[in-house]
Amino acid sequence: MFPKWFDKWNADNPTNIFGPAIAVGVVGGAIFAAALIVTWGNPYQTESMQTGPRGTGMSVPEYNVSRLAADPTIEAYYTEDPYIPEGGEELAKDIYENVQVLGELTDDNFNRVMLAMTQWVSPEEGCAYCHGDVDISEYGADDLYTKVVSRRMIQMTQNINENWDGHVNAVAEVGVNCYTCHRGQNVPSDIWFNVTPVNQNVKGWSAVQNRATTMSGSTSLPSSALEVYLTDYDSMVNVHDLESRVAGVPGLTEDVHSIQKTEMTYSLMNYFSNSLGVNCVFCHNSRAFYDAGQYTPQWSIAQLGRQMVIEQNAEYLIPLESEYPPERLGPIYADAPKIGCRTCHKGYQRPLQGMNVIAAWPELATSEAPVYEE
Amino acid sequence: MIEYQNIFAQVQVQGTPDWGMDDSGEMMADRAGKPRFSTLFGLLGNAQLGPINISSYGVISCVCFMIWFNIVGFSMLAQVGWSVPEFIRQLFWLALEPPGPEYGLSMPPLNDGGAFIIAGMFFLAGCVTWWLRTYQLAQQHKMGKHLAWAFAALLWLILVLGLFRPILMGSWSEAVPYGIFAHLDWTTAFSIRYGNLYYNPFHCLSIVFLYGSVLLFCMHGGTILAVTRYGGDRELEQIYDRGTATERAALFWRWTMGFNATMEGIHRWAWWFAVLTPITGGIGILLTGTVVDNWFIWAQEHNFAPMYDGAYGYEDYGSYETFIGKEN
Repeated sequence: MFPKWFDKWNADNPTNIFGPAIAVGVVGGAIFAAALIVTWGNPYQTESMQTGPRGTGMSVPEYNVSRLAADPTIEAYYTEDPYIPEGGEELAKDIYENVQVLGELTDDNFNRVMLAMTQWVSPEEGCAYCHGDVDISEYGADDLYTKVVSRRMIQMTQNINENWDGHVNAVAEVGVNCYTCHRGQNVPSDIWFNVTPVNQNVKGWSAVQNRATTMSGSTSLPSSALEVYLTDYDSMVNVHDLESRVAGVPGLTEDVHSIQKTEMTYSLMNYFSNSLGVNCVFCHNSRAFYDAGQYTPQWSIAQLGRQMVIEQNAEYLIPLESEYPPERLGPIYADAPKIGCRTCHKGYQRPLQGMNVIAAWPELATSEAPVYEE
Repeated sequence: MIEYQNIFAQVQVQGTPDWGMDDSGEMMADRAGKPRFSTLFGLLGNAQLGPINISSYGVISCVCFMIWFNIVGFSMLAQVGWSVPEFIRQLFWLALEPPGPEYGLSMPPLNDGGAFIIAGMFFLAGCVTWWLRTYQLAQQHKMGKHLAWAFAALLWLILVLGLFRPILMGSWSEAVPYGIFAHLDWTTAFSIRYGNLYYNPFHCLSIVFLYGSVLLFCMHGGTILAVTRYGGDRELEQIYDRGTATERAALFWRWTMGFNATMEGIHRWAWWFAVLTPITGGIGILLTGTVVDNWFIWAQEHNFAPMYDGAYGYEDYGSYETFIGKEN
């Protein structure tokens, strides 16, 4: 196989090749193993607990090496217990001008909430972020968009805690406050804007899919899933027929759904998964995605979550569009910033890993006068 | 003397290239491309490259595929605003999509699925003419038509996906998009939409034949390589004059699993497994959405999917904390 000169040279120069061969083998093997770990990931990343009958593939991750350290934003969380009113104190709405929300609070608690909000939303800018760099007597003015938006956001927080208990307190009292989304930033991470159509020179389904966008989770699935399923009350994500045979033409007959709509649902479900750091079987038995008899308890929590997000986007966030300056609007269509699962969850099954952020803030738990428990 | 040659111990003889027989004196007209030798190709197969048959069916087929390829490619390029760098960057994501369901079986505008219909026409025409080419060449060589019928099995699957099923469904939107990731999205969505294709018995059969083909190919290849030292690679000679290679190979399998194929029969096994893969797969796809719309429910109705008394959630595993874990 080799040239004659090589065979001759080889015979004339006998060398023990086992030493170098072993060294090369060991180094090569180590490089190969390292490359595998870097490209394919740590094989001991997660441990899962089987749930449900064998063979169904149902499991939940019990242990995740990347979650050994707690969510770093938990450490930075600011909180302060309320000052229990003794009764008869003057209320914020009587002390200050133009108090449209939180007016039923005592002065101490009003200032406590105001201070906390700066810690949660504008720790660097402080009060001036919403009230402007003016004398405290001018704080009643609504000159800045930040103040107008904040007021609406306080109402949204109260709405979520008051009316969406089934989602935010589903397994234990957790609630939401400003920090659930903001985490010390003026603008929360993981908000979203409209991006579709993403393709040029085409219309219809061709225009909204097959591009790696943040809205499609870098897949080629439709980029419009959030735009439809997280803003429209009437949107339905289900695509399955509930009998073995249902006659009809996809997309034309009512409740006979198309492949395209299925990809929309798939895109939304992919967003759900990434937002919570879970996979399909967290909520579904993947052998029959649609089958209510095979859902896990998490399914109904997520279902409520979608309705909750739709309401917040439709009632609170989208109507604020005219209040924002251009730099706060969407980069493509200048639309209002909107929320989704990830805006709160940030990749965790429970935002802030299930830390209770509402117990100490009864003011944010209701749109009415707060109820303090001693 | 019989000499044992393999890729490690081969002798490549390179002389005047062989143009092939020309009994009628008119067949050379179809042969194009100056034949030459490649030592590298000799390591992988025959060292002679060319000539190639260029009769009408092949030419029509190539032209059709070219047109299809260009419509798809330029549609993708148009979608990224004619930006070549973006075209390269998004290549695996981009696709030429079928029309939306609102068009049914009508002809949509070019930029909303019309280009897909035209491209699809050329693609199917290319596939059919390529099949005719395989048939015609087998005929000219006075061969059996086994290869043509095997290709026809694939043609069946292609036509089911792109023509028969969309027509039966009443909508071109059911066709498979032309795109790397897009056709995979279609495949997943197709399975999900119709209640999990794994419960489609024809899908099951198709998988059996696909994996069976792989297994048979490996068993046969391994067996022949293992007996080439006794002349087993000369399979045709072994078929009509069974020698020690065949005896050993047969004994190996008979003693391993009690049964052995014959030197001729193993090729029928392999051919049928390969051919039945797309045939059964095509049947499964054709039935989906036309006869059965939810395969999981169908499978339960036919006692094909077991029912489990499932315990899936934290209510069955104590508290949420013990079920899912604090760190998540």
